[in-house]
Amino acid sequence: MTALAFVLGGLLAGACVLYVALPFLREPDPSDDVLGVPGALEQRALELAERRDRALAALKELEFDHRTGKVSDEDYRALVGPLRQRVAEALRAFELRAESSEERVRARG
Amino acid sequence: MPELGRAALVLCLGLALFALIGGAYAAATRRRRLARAAQNALLAAFGTAAVASGVLLAALLRNDFSFVYVADHTSLELPTPYTISAFLGGQEGSLLLWLLVLTGFSAAAVALARRTGPDILAWVVPVLGLVTTFFAFMLVAVSSPFATQIAPPDGAGLNPSLQNPYMMIHPPFLYLGYVGLTIPFAFAMGALLARRTDELWIVATRRWTLFAWTALGIGQLLGAHWAYVEVGWGGYYAWDPVENAALMPWLAATAFLHSVMIQEKRGMLKVWNMLLVILAFCLALFGTFLTRSGVISSIHSFTQSPLGGWFLGFICLVTVGSLALVMSRLPLLRSKTRMESLVSREATFLYNNLLLVALCLTILWGVVFPILTQAVRGEQITVSGPYYNFFLRIFGIPLLLLMGIGPLVAWRRASLRSLGRSFAWPAGIALAAGLVLLLLGAGSSWIGLVAYTFAFFVLGSIGYEFARGTRARHALSGGSWPAAFAELVARNRRRYGGYVVHAAIVLLAIGIVGSNAYDKVKEQKLSPGQTMAIGNYRLTYRELVKRNGPNATEYRALLDVRRGGSSLGTISSGKNNYRAEQQVSNEVGIRSDHLTGEDLFVIADQINPDNSVNFKVLVKPLVNLIWLSGFVFFIGSLVALWPSAAEQRRLASRYRDLRALARA
Repeated sequence: MTALAFVLGGLLAGACVLYVALPFLREPDPSDDVLGVPGALEQRALELAERRDRALAALKELEFDHRTGKVSDEDYRALVGPLRQRVAEALRAFELRAESSEERVRARG
Repeated sequence: MPELGRAALVLCLGLALFALIGGAYAAATRRRRLARAAQNALLAAFGTAAVASGVLLAALLRNDFSFVYVADHTSLELPTPYTISAFLGGQEGSLLLWLLVLTGFSAAAVALARRTGPDILAWVVPVLGLVTTFFAFMLVAVSSPFATQIAPPDGAGLNPSLQNPYMMIHPPFLYLGYVGLTIPFAFAMGALLARRTDELWIVATRRWTLFAWTALGIGQLLGAHWAYVEVGWGGYYAWDPVENAALMPWLAATAFLHSVMIQEKRGMLKVWNMLLVILAFCLALFGTFLTRSGVISSIHSFTQSPLGGWFLGFICLVTVGSLALVMSRLPLLRSKTRMESLVSREATFLYNNLLLVALCLTILWGVVFPILTQAVRGEQITVSGPYYNFFLRIFGIPLLLLMGIGPLVAWRRASLRSLGRSFAWPAGIALAAGLVLLLLGAGSSWIGLVAYTFAFFVLGSIGYEFARGTRARHALSGGSWPAAFAELVARNRRRYGGYVVHAAIVLLAIGIVGSNAYDKVKEQKLSPGQTMAIGNYRLTYRELVKRNGPNATEYRALLDVRRGGSSLGTISSGKNNYRAEQQVSNEVGIRSDHLTGEDLFVIADQINPDNSVNFKVLVKPLVNLIWLSGFVFFIGSLVALWPSAAEQRRLASRYRDLRALARA
């Protein structure tokens, strides 16, 4: 039983080592071994995307809450303007960022 | 084959160490292949933990008493289901289960998150590796389930109170909850280490948190039901430190589930959310420490326990390390938006958070105070029910009220006029219900009356929310009313699933209040043929019977039950004398009225040589609503957990846009 246990233990250890080493075995000499980390620009783009999604969701929720009667006409009028403005700003900022990226691509040829 | 079990655990420790050290090095130096290898190490660690668990399970099923663990926790007479549940009946098995679930969750989380946020994942892996290293080290060096001996002819058996079907599922649920909280913690720390304070870590862990919280909630209810039917004292929750150990992380996670919505909707409370995730995880570790170190059952075992010091050290390391990390990232976590009004949905969430955390910390103080007093002054102090019940009322009643107010208030701000309109129906229902209850005699407990009135307010507000939401959806899309209702829920599963969970909490509150504030208790010694009365019930003690069960001698007192002149049949209550374990357990008799939710609960406190029995009988109104709340809670959680295609499309589009921008 002990011998069998040692054999099974050895097989398990071998399988684990192989599995852990797999990325190195598959790519022994990769052209790039750098982990993709978002730069400042990408982080900014993510921030803009989140701001856009948040503003759109808030506007949608306000519209629905107004329909259900949870938000009165008076509250709706006070809230909807600034929210629409926020959505427009967020969309514009995100699109500007996208356009500048496209220009960069075109410039690179 | 204990050698294979030991080898698997040593391998698991090695793999976890590689995930910790190799993973941290890869993340810090941005090495892609090494980061991937560290991820693979975590996946392989799950395989080794599964092998170790398989070895222990096989030894249990074969009654291999050469394993000390098997001999200490099973016997030849023990029925097979309990032989399997003995896996987690002792300290070493429980730790192995922790490791198995932890590595399983880690592997699943890594596999699911590989496509999004590789930079965060690179830091998540060493954090998960750290926790896995700790548990694997404990199992290898401190508390091994694979210690061997010369096999005795029979084992010591399993603690009789654990020989109950609930004990086969209650601990695994708690462990799913405790361990599940590791994943949001690891992603939160990973995000901080990667200097990413966007929503990605929340998106990646939303379902993990909800799943862990659900499992912890269900686990506690199963534990409460086990205590009710098995421990035999007539209650279901005794504010025992081990029970509190599961409640505290659940409360912290509840606070987090609410406050994280403010971060998602308004980009606020980033620091607070980090702190709540840390608190929930540290409390989960603390809960395991309390349950497994023996610090509570015997204060002196604190220094003698092989686990106590290690656990405390690890909890301190995690707490200090994670708080230092949050402090170092404070500038990144500052919110750019502010709360617009104190009368808004986000404000009610904030109040709810403060109350939940206050309740959680109050319970923590009640648990820790006796330990500290013993350590510092050498005095033994017990913090018992009245302390906890006082604070449960102080924080719980306003929480109940807020559960009704929250859904009625809009995000950002609400005027008094719209509030008045929203509150009219629920408040009217609550006041009418309160008046009816007062007329029915519920005024005998003012706290009960207030709680019931607030409970009806919450139910009213939930019903009102569903009704006006369905009406608006029907007006928008036409179609049938059921289709409008289904669309309403499908479009915002988290919100409406959350309302169902709120309804479950209300049922729980009604059950707790009913069974505590309006219960009846009577103790009486009866000889065969004698009768006692309690409330509307009359119980006649008929006879005492003795029979031999598979692993215990069973004594049962049979009582005929009548209510209002009609017979309700027979109820039996007695004791089991477990032969191998040489222990006696109470086996209570319970008759449930499913229409009213009331239980008649009979305890045979003492069986005398002349066949007379000292009975303790309780009538517990509405107690069955507590168990019903478990089903409703599960359904609500399932609705909230169910993936929303629209939300997934939105998130996929966000990260696709981002990848496109990054490539440009």
